[in-house]
Amino acid sequence: MGQTTAQKIFQSHQVDQPEPGRYVLKLDAVFCHEITTPGAILDLEARNKDRVFDPSKIKAVIDHVSPAKDSKTAMQGKILRDWARRHRIKNFFDVGRNGVCHALFPEKGFVRPGFTIIMGDSHTCTHGAFGAFAAGVGTTDLEVGILKGVCVFREPSTMKIEVQGELKPGVYAKDLILHIIGTIGVGGATDKVLEFHGDVIDAMTMESRMTLSNMAVEAGATSGICMPDRTTVEYLWPFIKSDYSTPEEALEDFGRYRSDPDAEYSDVITMDAREVVPLSTFGYKPDQVKPIADFPETRIDQVYIGSCTNGRLEDLRVAAHVLKGRRIASTVRGILSPATPEVYRQALKEGLIEIFMDAGFCVTNPTCGACLGMSNGVLAEGEVCASTTNRNFNGRMGKGGMVHLMSPASAAATALAGHITNSFLYAG
Amino acid sequence: MKRFSGEVLFLDRNDINTDEIIPAKYLTEITREILGSHLLEDLVLEGFDPAVDIDGKGVIVSRDNFGCGSSREHAPWAIEARGINIVIATSFSRIFRQNMLNCGMLAVEVSPEECEYLFSHFSDKRVNLKTNADTLNFIFSTDTEEVEIPFYLTQFEKDLIKVGGWVEYADAAY
Repeated sequence: MGQTTAQKIFQSHQVDQPEPGRYVLKLDAVFCHEITTPGAILDLEARNKDRVFDPSKIKAVIDHVSPAKDSKTAMQGKILRDWARRHRIKNFFDVGRNGVCHALFPEKGFVRPGFTIIMGDSHTCTHGAFGAFAAGVGTTDLEVGILKGVCVFREPSTMKIEVQGELKPGVYAKDLILHIIGTIGVGGATDKVLEFHGDVIDAMTMESRMTLSNMAVEAGATSGICMPDRTTVEYLWPFIKSDYSTPEEALEDFGRYRSDPDAEYSDVITMDAREVVPLSTFGYKPDQVKPIADFPETRIDQVYIGSCTNGRLEDLRVAAHVLKGRRIASTVRGILSPATPEVYRQALKEGLIEIFMDAGFCVTNPTCGACLGMSNGVLAEGEVCASTTNRNFNGRMGKGGMVHLMSPASAAATALAGHITNSFLYAG
Repeated sequence: MKRFSGEVLFLDRNDINTDEIIPAKYLTEITREILGSHLLEDLVLEGFDPAVDIDGKGVIVSRDNFGCGSSREHAPWAIEARGINIVIATSFSRIFRQNMLNCGMLAVEVSPEECEYLFSHFSDKRVNLKTNADTLNFIFSTDTEEVEIPFYLTQFEKDLIKVGGWVEYADAAY
């Protein structure tokens, strides 16, 4: 019988099986940021175990609040920085080189098909877009990962999402994943891996696939996996060209981790991409979605474009296309946070930053910031934000504030209109 | 091994997320006591007042998908800092459940029927839970009523709880 990608990865990385269904896996990469790693670092020091299993497999970044906004966040950065230095962790991205982790690390070529990756961050599932088993964990799992290079998981079943057809103009990966979460619910994929299949996925860029995989956790999924293919090889080629003589050779190697045609799935859900329309969330859960066209006039105070979900170059290009030659409503503040320095630099070269600024946006450095209400655009009580982020929990962007999740195109259109709207009027 | 008994706090809602358990703005706190002081601060739930309803409790009973959202282990830490070492629900998010076990705390699933029984019979009363982590038994009692509910832990989970958490376990084993 065939295997899913997750089963193949579990099998090739198994260190131990303490009991049926529970596996200790060796880790190909441990990713770290300044919010959840200090607890692990301090605990290892307290236990007299201040060491790391392999500095070359650890990647670290200050991203959640950057630059530091107060002494506490500065101290978290310092703990991470000092630790990275004394353990010679080469790939530590400090202020100036840092970006949002789940945009930065793929951009630097740290992810491979078939990899096992953990991070103390629930959106680690993003890297499943490369055909990796990438899962968010807590600080204790991270601590053991740092010390021993292993992590324990109950083997997840896999839910297959098959999307046929093609997305209509003005409809993007963000709308598709909101549609999927709205269909299966915030707990619908708990202890499962989502696998994304179909023409629509095959046609997507790696950036769009990362938008899909990023929000798999919002349906409760352990990870969100896309099959490695030519698109994956092309994206990774600059980083792997010395490992393979041709891209075809890389494709064949990566193909080992594609799910077998006769793999067994816990669920198979088929969708027609042509039925997906621009969506927005309306309540306090990511599964509360409805067509933007169905929103009564919903005034907004802030538009936020950025994050590990939708802060990449493709997202900025789409939003800039909507904004070009126009100005945002006078009642709206627009904030753009390109997810990495490279995205920012490229956006400058392409004239996108000028488009955003001419439209009236505030352009900030790369950081997570407002996504979780820590900095860079926190809402006041009673305010409403249209955002390209991934969570609309009550108080998420600021106590008493309301967040509507949507695509970068819809967010840009909303900024122009001053109320929730999709980009159809502004396309072309 | 921790103590898994005490008075019960009922939180009658599905999908209580980790931002509601401990808001992100407090993730810069390193001391557990300060984290604990902000437990469930932002939870909007009819009849629940974090200022008075948490003190003195040792157990949380809730509904579906408890602990969804962020992976922050600060959520179990804040719960533990207020003297609560066990959460009982019909289901948990994967990361929250694993974090609880990793800290030597219990996140235990009961069936929807058992959960509904607890809410309908006990949620408006003072209820005490006595947990036997060896025989895997819950005994919920008020002045007038007592109900016993067996629960399930795998051997691995029992070992984690007994030894105090995942760091202790992994350090010895790997």
